[in-house]
Amino acid sequence: MNLVFYVLAGLTVLGGLAAVLLKNTVHCALALTVAFAGLALLFLELDAQFAGFAQILVYIGAVAILVVFAILLTRGSETPEDGVFSHTWLAGLAVAAAVFAVLGWAVIQSAPALTHESAAPVVTVNQIGNALLGRYVLPLEIVALLLTAALVGAVIVAMHEKEETK
Amino acid sequence: MVSTLDQIFVLLKHWLVGLLPSVLQPAAGVLLSVVAIVCVFPALFALTVLLERKGLGRMQNRLGPNRVGPFGILQPIADAIKSLTKEDIVPLRADALIHFLAPLVLVVAVFLEFAVVPMGRNMVLVDMDASLLFFFSIGASTELSVFMAGWSSRNKYSLMGAMRAVAQMISYEVPLLMSSVAVVMITGSLSLVKIVEAQNQYTYGLPHWNIFTPWGCAGFVMFAIAATAETNRSPFDLPEGESELVAGYFTEYSGFKFALFFLGEYLGMFSISGLGTALFLGGWSAPFSFLWWVPSWIWFFGKVMLSICVLIWVRGTLPRLRQDQLMNFAWKFVLPMTLLNLVDVALWRFLGEGWLRWVVCSAVMLVAYVAAALTGLRRDHIGPRSYRYAE
Amino acid sequence: MLGEGILKGLAETARNAVGSFVSKDRLTTVEYPEERLPLPEASRNFPFLVYDGTDWEKGLRCVACQICEKECPPKCIYIDKSKDKKPDAFGRPQIYPAKFDIDISVCMSCQICVEVCPFEAIKMDTQYELSTDDRFGGLLLDRKELAKSNEYYHQIHPTEASEVDAKLAAEKVKADAKAKAAAGAAAAKAAAAAAAPKPAEAAAKPVVLADAPAAKPQGEGD
Repeated sequence: MNLVFYVLAGLTVLGGLAAVLLKNTVHCALALTVAFAGLALLFLELDAQFAGFAQILVYIGAVAILVVFAILLTRGSETPEDGVFSHTWLAGLAVAAAVFAVLGWAVIQSAPALTHESAAPVVTVNQIGNALLGRYVLPLEIVALLLTAALVGAVIVAMHEKEETK
Repeated sequence: MVSTLDQIFVLLKHWLVGLLPSVLQPAAGVLLSVVAIVCVFPALFALTVLLERKGLGRMQNRLGPNRVGPFGILQPIADAIKSLTKEDIVPLRADALIHFLAPLVLVVAVFLEFAVVPMGRNMVLVDMDASLLFFFSIGASTELSVFMAGWSSRNKYSLMGAMRAVAQMISYEVPLLMSSVAVVMITGSLSLVKIVEAQNQYTYGLPHWNIFTPWGCAGFVMFAIAATAETNRSPFDLPEGESELVAGYFTEYSGFKFALFFLGEYLGMFSISGLGTALFLGGWSAPFSFLWWVPSWIWFFGKVMLSICVLIWVRGTLPRLRQDQLMNFAWKFVLPMTLLNLVDVALWRFLGEGWLRWVVCSAVMLVAYVAAALTGLRRDHIGPRSYRYAE
Repeated sequence: MLGEGILKGLAETARNAVGSFVSKDRLTTVEYPEERLPLPEASRNFPFLVYDGTDWEKGLRCVACQICEKECPPKCIYIDKSKDKKPDAFGRPQIYPAKFDIDISVCMSCQICVEVCPFEAIKMDTQYELSTDDRFGGLLLDRKELAKSNEYYHQIHPTEASEVDAKLAAEKVKADAKAKAAAGAAAAKAAAAAAAPKPAEAAAKPVVLADAPAAKPQGEGD
């Protein structure tokens, strides 16, 4: 718990809040990117190189780009007239609060257990790779299959539309 | 003497840092290396711009710039003064903050990439475990600055340029990563320093560079294609095709910000050339064992400049692709070939030493290449484009 | 084979790049301020005023008839007629342009002023390095700046200038013959009317005309 952590945490929280509260959709997407970057830096601050860089590569390099791309391709980035909040914001708030409560509870429950542990072991990318392709190879392959299925599904959806327009 | 010359920059840094009190030494060491990178590569950028303009001129039987100084060698300085003293114009309807941040994000991200590129023996700013991953994650975030620039300008050319750039960068990042993974599979490490050291061995005086293997040669070609696209260089310069989009995503930039985009683009070329050098061309290692006495950093910068020259040569030769050709080429040719290359690497890895793996691996890639030539990229596949308009 | 065209293209550019150092024929660039191509004879840019002899003010062929001013499509010629008459290069008293300005920022180099001039007084120049730091005054050329000698005209458009000279000479011969005839007729008339004192004053005009051949060698030096 040092100064760097607080700065990064503040950055992440501010980015997240801005992503929710800003009016312009593209600004929201860029604020979300700031939140992702803050998260990645938090990982790096914990010496988790692989998680941190993967966070940047996947979330900033792919997810954020896809989000802005989707915004560009669908509609203008101007604020809708009936405000940025939907009518069910109260229900959304309740769900968010519930999720936050569960997560907070989990963190508080596990925190005392961690304090008794010695310093975190140094995990190299090499070890992560070995673990992924050794012990966890089945989950990895299942996830890969799932993503491939999603990819094929997306292609089919796109092709279907093309046939209709012809 | 030879090793002193080889390590001259490292020794210089140690000597300079040693002058400071020990509390400041770690910070000063990092700062000194950063300053060196921030000075050397923009200087190289100036040299490259001149080289490119002269070289392209010669390829077109022109003289190239020759007005400023003898043979025009002071041209970069004149360009720099010009762009620094020009008025900075921000369009009225532009999103001022994002418009301002975009070039900064680009240049900072590109400078960060140099942190992990080994530029000589013991000459790397951060020798980390996952340096290749770092390079690609930072490289991926340059796309965002391109989008920011294009979107914030409120100009349709900028926006179209940005969309093209982002689509192109996403498409070619996959083959870029895949062709690099081949090297990682052989070396068993994501650290660029280890990858270079693994190539710094010799048999009969010839180096063990990855490019001198069947999979490495194919992988290098794929890497070079993807890298050219990733840096928006001709023939993949659609995002800034001046005959179509003025200047693409940085149309609405002027003065210093324009210079920053220009700088970012060339620094991107240097960093990706450095990466390609480290992955396939043996990094700082000498091409023949009897040349071991030449300082390692000379080899590194020589190889990088050679790659830049090839990029210039290609730019002077090839016309620009069309957007659909670009995408077809990425997804239907380069990506399948890089995937096949991964299989090839696995074969190479598990067939063991001997002539068999040379024959098998070469045959796999050659057959795939011939098959692609005969089927996938026939003229009628590339042929005229059919248009579908949006409703 | 796939990629063959790319290799061919690369070879071609390489040949060009190396060839531009080896063979002079490839590098067709003319490094302009240091070297320039000779202008084709028919090239033209902006009009100038031709004068005969050595004194530009005296030798201007222009008689301020203002035809060019009226014909000029963009109206870039401004002429003020003189109140008095001055002897021209041949000694004949003529009206001369007290002001003759051409605004070359307006001029469109159409050459109509040249076509309509009955006195061969305005011709097209080939001078193109006319940049100036004063875009109003600097591009409004006055009489003095416009006046160029007939020798200069011969230099820039030799064929055309010789034709013009021949034509002028033929006209002169005709005019001289006419003048001589007129003088002869006048002399005859004068002789016939010698008794009468009145026509003596009227004879003054033919006398001036008859003086013209005396001044002729000056104008025909070239």
